Amino acid sequence: MPGNYMPSAAELFRFSPELLLTAAGTLLMIFEAITSPKQKRSLPVFAFLSLLAALALAVAASSDPGPAFNRMLQVDGFATFFRVLVMAIGAVTILISTNYLKQAEHEGGEFYSLVLFSVVGQCLMATANELIMIFIGIEVSSIATYVLAGYLRDDKRNNEAALKYFLLGSFATAFLLYGVAWIYGTTGTTNLSGVRGVLLDPQNAPNAILISVALGLVLVGLLFKVSAVPFQSWAPDVYQGAPAPVTAFMATGPKAAAFAAFLRITMWAFEPVKNHWIPVLWFTAIATMIVGNFAALRQSNVKRLLAYSSIAHAGYVLVALTAASKTGTEAAMFYMVSYAAMNLGAFAVIAHVARKGERRVEIDDFAGLGNRQPLTAAIFTVFLLSLIGVPLTGGFFAKFYVFKAALDSQLIALTIVGLLNSAVAAFYYLRLIVIMYMQPAPEGVDTLPEPSLGIRTALVACSLATVVLGVFPSLVLDIAGRGASFIR
Amino acid sequence: MEGLLFLTFATIAVLCALNLVLQTHPISSALSLIGVLGSIAVLYLLLGGEFIAAVQLIVYAGAIMVLFVFVIMLLNTGAEKQPTRKIVVTWISLPLLFTFIALAAMLIAQQVPKTEVVTFGGFSGGTTLSVGRSLFTQYLLPFEVTSILILIAILGAVVLARKEI
Repeated sequence: MPGNYMPSAAELFRFSPELLLTAAGTLLMIFEAITSPKQKRSLPVFAFLSLLAALALAVAASSDPGPAFNRMLQVDGFATFFRVLVMAIGAVTILISTNYLKQAEHEGGEFYSLVLFSVVGQCLMATANELIMIFIGIEVSSIATYVLAGYLRDDKRNNEAALKYFLLGSFATAFLLYGVAWIYGTTGTTNLSGVRGVLLDPQNAPNAILISVALGLVLVGLLFKVSAVPFQSWAPDVYQGAPAPVTAFMATGPKAAAFAAFLRITMWAFEPVKNHWIPVLWFTAIATMIVGNFAALRQSNVKRLLAYSSIAHAGYVLVALTAASKTGTEAAMFYMVSYAAMNLGAFAVIAHVARKGERRVEIDDFAGLGNRQPLTAAIFTVFLLSLIGVPLTGGFFAKFYVFKAALDSQLIALTIVGLLNSAVAAFYYLRLIVIMYMQPAPEGVDTLPEPSLGIRTALVACSLATVVLGVFPSLVLDIAGRGASFIR
Repeated sequence: MEGLLFLTFATIAVLCALNLVLQTHPISSALSLIGVLGSIAVLYLLLGGEFIAAVQLIVYAGAIMVLFVFVIMLLNTGAEKQPTRKIVVTWISLPLLFTFIALAAMLIAQQVPKTEVVTFGGFSGGTTLSVGRSLFTQYLLPFEVTSILILIAILGAVVLARKEI
């Protein structure tokens, strides 16, 4: 072991997006303290621009792929794909939140700083090639999100959401960490490539039972983060209680990053023992789809409805993981992009309609939106149709590729259950559309102000992404295919 | 000698852990936790983890326990009120617990052959020197990124706890 260690310039360049975001997050904290209230208006702009700059750096860094910091990170097409995705999600979150925070009279640099730090954690999860790095990435991302969920601390719903998320999240991370310790105990390494090497070596293959227990513990932690059944119970309460822009962020960013880590662990490190984990994921995928969709049928709160819908969507991605193939990985990556676009958009509409104090979050509050604000209603309809999986939207191709990958791996029962579930899901999304257009607005409802510039930009960006993914899916699928090339 | 020490402190750890759960007063539970942490520190020492044993004492038995006791004192909590437990719960949970422990013990005894069991004194990588060296070379990045984690924790505490907005 060398006595000193200096990272090379190439390694620092591969890590530069995270460095930039960390610096920007720290600067925001300083700006918050030294600027006047009038100057504070530019803080979200600064956060937004630094996310775009980091995104550009991440794309630039992908030209020189390779490991960094003693193989702690692996910057490749896969990492770049998810890095760009979580940074874009962070940028859209900032667009949605500025006006929301102004209404709640809770503007502050800390909010944007926490978003940036959370994105750093998610980038680390996407690039990590080491279980310790994945653990720290999950913690950085989660702790920032716990605080964001309780950001409006005078609101009881926020407090409840933050506390529930924190307690259950810490409990799940403990399982993950215990699993990492077991993996180290059985294989002697925590490096993902190292674990793969040990598992592939027939001479000193580790004990099958011990490695299954170790992987099982890690899966508990990861399945919690993607809110899969039986670890989904936190999601509806937390999604409903947190501020709407934060819910948009929680439902997309940490979930995408958790799936990135999930894919690296299952498809790369533990690929040699895939017969152990495929049955587990098979069962979880079916349970997650059924619980998510059937519970969503009975909801009257829109945020809670979308929370259950996001559980169901995690189930579809798990179908792609169960396929355990390169096509499955590509399908999961594509699904995360289109899921992020339509979910961010849907929550942006909710943040806009809910207004100050989130008084209007019941389904009936959307009655007559088609007349009151035809454009907003039309854009919301696009997102809902995409969530159903109607052709010409991103959601259609996302589901199409997932089920195609499942069929390629002979998972016929899983595909049938998935398709039936999509039909059930259509019911509750369509109900929302029908209420928007067919029911008149209730008497004496206060007028809905025009959406703010930030929300408008976010809505245009998300709806464009949803439609482009639905018309030219190969644009993203090709990149996903190159990213998934680490799977043999 | 090592075997005897191991057995002694392992027993103390288990007894203290049981006491921790069974006591009703939070201060008694906190004191038993010190017993658990201290005896585990001895177990680390027996395995050759000198640094981790010292850190265990300083950080857990020292700093974190002081925080626990402070919180208990500030909240001024008395003995917890025992919820009336159904007899069925005890009758189901206790046998299940013992079955679980027995199964786990059997599994470990079966799966790990005796030759692989840890030898006391066989590991010498637990000194401050070797821990520090791997922390600043191989594991430099996780070590540095942990500072972001602590920064977020401070920021979060400020956001959630300060008086004026």
